[in-house]
Amino acid sequence: MSLKPVDLAIIALYFVLVLGLGLYLRKFADTGEEFFMAGREMTAWIAGLSFISANLGSLEMMGYAAATYQYGILIAHAYWLAAIPAIIFLSLVMLPFYYICKTHSVPGYLQLRYGEGARSVSAISFAVMTILMSGINMYSMAVIMKVILGWNIHFSIWVSSLTVGVYVMAGGLLSAIFNEVLQFMLIWAGCLVIPIAGLIETGGWSGMVQRISQNFPGQDFTHLWRSMGSFTANPMGVHWTGMVFGWGLAISFGYWTTDFLVVQRVIAAKDLRSAQMGTLIGGFFKMLVPLIVIVPGLLALAVLPFKLMPETMVNTPGVHTFNEALPLMLARYCGPGLLGLGVTALIAGFMSGMAGNVSAFATVWTYDIYKPFIRKAASDAHYLSMGRWCTLIGVIVSIGTAYLVMDFSSIIVYAQALFVFFIVPMFGTVVLGMMWKRTTPAAGFWGLLVAIVVSFLLWLWVKMDPSAIRYVAFSSHAKDMAENVYRAMWTLIVNVVVTVAVTLMTTPKPEKELEGLVYGLTPLPSMEEVPFYARPVTWAAMLGVAFVILNVIFW
Amino acid sequence: MSLKGMLSIWFFIGGLLTVYGLLILIEGVRDYSAHTASFEMAGLHLQLWWGIGLLILGCVYLFHFRPGKSK
Repeated sequence: MSLKPVDLAIIALYFVLVLGLGLYLRKFADTGEEFFMAGREMTAWIAGLSFISANLGSLEMMGYAAATYQYGILIAHAYWLAAIPAIIFLSLVMLPFYYICKTHSVPGYLQLRYGEGARSVSAISFAVMTILMSGINMYSMAVIMKVILGWNIHFSIWVSSLTVGVYVMAGGLLSAIFNEVLQFMLIWAGCLVIPIAGLIETGGWSGMVQRISQNFPGQDFTHLWRSMGSFTANPMGVHWTGMVFGWGLAISFGYWTTDFLVVQRVIAAKDLRSAQMGTLIGGFFKMLVPLIVIVPGLLALAVLPFKLMPETMVNTPGVHTFNEALPLMLARYCGPGLLGLGVTALIAGFMSGMAGNVSAFATVWTYDIYKPFIRKAASDAHYLSMGRWCTLIGVIVSIGTAYLVMDFSSIIVYAQALFVFFIVPMFGTVVLGMMWKRTTPAAGFWGLLVAIVVSFLLWLWVKMDPSAIRYVAFSSHAKDMAENVYRAMWTLIVNVVVTVAVTLMTTPKPEKELEGLVYGLTPLPSMEEVPFYARPVTWAAMLGVAFVILNVIFW
Repeated sequence: MSLKGMLSIWFFIGGLLTVYGLLILIEGVRDYSAHTASFEMAGLHLQLWWGIGLLILGCVYLFHFRPGKSK
């Protein structure tokens, strides 16, 4: 597969535009508030598209298409069960607290609620995670280059990474948000070709299902819930309990409500209602993403004349791996021009994923590590400068982490493992802090720390003794993604149990110090003057109904 | 500094989609007339349709979010 001049022109135009945008936005990011929080002036639509785009990097696109090739339509749970309920919860329940306390970050909220102990644990773990996640985007990019372009991998990585570094360094969160909205449009424009052409080739949904059954007899790749009654009836080796409590509750609520990378986008909205509506707008788009991610993965099962292999075989000549599912489908259906657009969409996804991580890293490093622990009383200009420089440093360090990804069977498994280490423990700590005024500072610190350590030890246990999976995931048939969802469930249980136990043994903060941070002590703005059709709760209800309908259709 | 006076992101997106639409449309016309396509489902002429769609969408965005238009 070779690119024509028109494809190269399309890719080059994209690079010119993002660099130009970064330089243009530099003059609008003169203060810390503007650089780190985009001036808190985003509309609901921009905040919502950026919110969902931050989650729709190349990790999402390629990782979930690859996972669909491995596990079938069960991966659509990532977009529905493991997203919609948590997005509704974030919008209606948690955002008012984040917004009212005017925090710069989730670790910043933990500092206000619990003090420096919980903030330092979450800030350090979050900073480590964002750098490791940037590595995933690096690696995804390298895979695209290998499959479609045949370009030198190292050259591609450095050009793209430095482009991201320059535009985020210049415009901060504003640059990241602008590029995320741009990327969202490009991803849809570039990838929608695959399901359209693929479903026409296979004769529609039923034709595709029939071909999958012929290629993989005896395996159910096309039902969401029907095969979840036992560990052995589905390709993932997971029971519905793991799917609901591990993925649908622990990972999902942890990610969508406490991963600062996505939350930062909506707390940059111009007012609380815009933040809430933006979150729900993002939820509606999230429900549609399976069309350009899950369907291509299923089409790969149906039409590819060869079988894809695990990532560990990436260097075997003539072998294509799971992670190549989406690029291979792109190459199959896109002619000159469209191929350039599709490749640009994936590059944009990669760059946006990196930009999101490095801008969140810059904020957490500057506000939650550097300012409280290294240099407390400097000028705003000093912190702004620190934010700009650690953006570049974050990009460079993340290049080194790209190689870690090769030890996992697919990039999405690696990403999930990171979420379970660092994000799942945050959920219990944050939500208990918001909902239960009795929760103490010591409980916030120990609940978070012990859960992170236990999560890592469980992972290490299975890594050193693979037969331990029957204890962690209740079945020796569990695949690595099933292990992740059950480990997430254990992590959340440990987090909640330790937090509650320590709370009962220690002294809570005075109520006066918890105003604006905890339910029952925070006056929430009334929506009575807003017409019912414009209220977040109305849109949340519609989102919930659509979620139920989709699950019934693909039961 | 306020974000007032900043060009809308949709204006930039409109410009990019317009140029992309034009490039893909030209390529589609060339493939259609030369019958040289070597990829699956080339008979659908998706480049033509995609090029036209992107061009229209881009022009709509450019017009609707043009600089100086009162909001």
